[in-house]
Amino acid sequence: MTAPDRGPEPGHDHPGLAARRATLGYDRRVISRDLDVEVPDGSFTVIIGPNGCGKSTLLRAFSRLLSPSTGQIVLEGRSIHEFRAKDAARRIGLLPQSSSAPDGITVRELVERGRYPYQTLLRQNRQRDEEAVLRAMAATAVTQYAERPVDELSGGQRQRVWVAMALAQETPTLLLDEPTTYLDIAHQIELLDLFARLHREGRTMVAVLHDLNHAARFATHLIVMKDGAVVAEGPPAEVMTAAMVDEVFGLAAIVIDDPLTHTPLVVPHSHAHGTLD
Amino acid sequence: MSTPTTSPAPALPHLPPRANRRRRVVVPVATGVALLALAVLALGLGDYPLTPVEVVSAFSGQDGFASTVVLEWRLPRVLAALAFGAALGVSGALFQSLTQNPLGSPDIIGFSSGSFTGVLIGMTLLPALAVPQTVWALAGGLLTALVVYALAYRRGVQGLRLIVTGIAVTAMLQALNVWMLLRAQEEVAMSASAWAAGSLNLVDWDQLLPSLILLVVAGAAVRLVVSPLRQLELGDDAAAGHGLRLEPARLGVLVLGVALTALPTAVAGPIAFVSLASPHLAKRLVGGAGLPLVQSALMGALVLLSADLIAQHALPTALPVGIVTVVLGGSYLVVLLLRGAGQRR
Repeated sequence: MTAPDRGPEPGHDHPGLAARRATLGYDRRVISRDLDVEVPDGSFTVIIGPNGCGKSTLLRAFSRLLSPSTGQIVLEGRSIHEFRAKDAARRIGLLPQSSSAPDGITVRELVERGRYPYQTLLRQNRQRDEEAVLRAMAATAVTQYAERPVDELSGGQRQRVWVAMALAQETPTLLLDEPTTYLDIAHQIELLDLFARLHREGRTMVAVLHDLNHAARFATHLIVMKDGAVVAEGPPAEVMTAAMVDEVFGLAAIVIDDPLTHTPLVVPHSHAHGTLD
Repeated sequence: MSTPTTSPAPALPHLPPRANRRRRVVVPVATGVALLALAVLALGLGDYPLTPVEVVSAFSGQDGFASTVVLEWRLPRVLAALAFGAALGVSGALFQSLTQNPLGSPDIIGFSSGSFTGVLIGMTLLPALAVPQTVWALAGGLLTALVVYALAYRRGVQGLRLIVTGIAVTAMLQALNVWMLLRAQEEVAMSASAWAAGSLNLVDWDQLLPSLILLVVAGAAVRLVVSPLRQLELGDDAAAGHGLRLEPARLGVLVLGVALTALPTAVAGPIAFVSLASPHLAKRLVGGAGLPLVQSALMGALVLLSADLIAQHALPTALPVGIVTVVLGGSYLVVLLLRGAGQRR
């Protein structure tokens, strides 16, 4: 690839996304106080924790949807809020938990809206926009639906279209807020495989996931949160232990070796278990 | 260069032609032709009837009386119907997109009532200032919009809250309007009520030109809010993730939408339902994503020009066009509601 005119700027390969003594919350309610946490460059980071632990809040802060009341979110060595909005959007893409497709919109039109950060009043590089859209649709295998209305697609297909829209943003970092919720298991794995491939191609991925086994299998770096604080972080093999699952989730479990991927596999005890025999 | 690309670059696939492509060209062109035909018809109708050929030749300006009739008397009214209709249609599309609600049109949110309040204040309370009615209507509409926006603001403005706040503010303004009408002198109240019915009867070139110029400016400014509006349709998180600054974008759409309603209202009085119905009709005809702005403008022009023709010529007595649009638009709303109810069963 030759250098494009509005291409990624220096520093893109080292996003250095991090929270520095950040206090996060909504209105008066503080979720996380003085949070210090880093997303390793080039990692597939997965944030896990029980409901209400602040994992989605942290992701919202990383994606600029939420400003810390004290401290800051750092990108490329400076506060993320110092970037102009579109400049930040060329660096960090987001797959939000909830979005709405305007009715009647086609797949291609929706993916094209991911090019907004590159459009200015005076300049619009249609050639490059179109290439980015085509690449994004090819990568998510939705090209064949390009001219179909989004609302006619199945849940799994639709989610891939939203991923394509985020990919069309051509950002080195991609944030995913509970991307697999509401999908059946086959489509969950299909989507996670897609994320793993995007990661291998060089992106930094940050996801909030609910399923511990998905997290352990796909993450290269885990961040475990409880009550707004980071209680453990590191490679899944080190972090995902029976003691951690018990302490953070209040769940008795054993952790065994996943026979397919040799990542940790959490097998919960059931309370009913003991009473049955 | 080490930017992540999504694959080891296989040849990019070829895509089928865009869906609806033909519809998106044919429908606007057909509407444009219909508008032209209707305009020629409207220019020919009246106490001094002219054939379409006579109308066209009157434009040369050398046909003596026919030219005077067409260019001086009838053209301002037809142009006003076209331009005001288009403005109301676009304004409706902007508001309905902004609120993500088909009822979120400026007449329902009540900016017309605000304009009327402005006019009444000018006529009854402060006539000594001699400020033109147009200015009062504009100021009333814009001020109402800002008040509604401010009241609806909670860490950003959300569609339904904007509509409900608008309806509440409208109710209060209408009470205020009635009170001002009641205590006004009779001839002032008469003239204010005539304005409030919404009519193109008295439009002449002197009134029309300034508002046409302002409408062209506002229309050009709409171009600036189109892509922010398309982002807002995706939901706040996705839009902000794409680098849209939500509240400036929303405020921009709001101000433009109000201006596009207030300008016609200032000259012709409140003309209901054109902004509500035109975007629906446009969407039905061209399909596509979101509300089509250009087609909404064309439909607005078509609706208002037709309604004005009916108001002037189709009834035993000439009526203000505002009354015709209320009847037409009201029926349309009822049909929509009945169909909606039918689908739910």
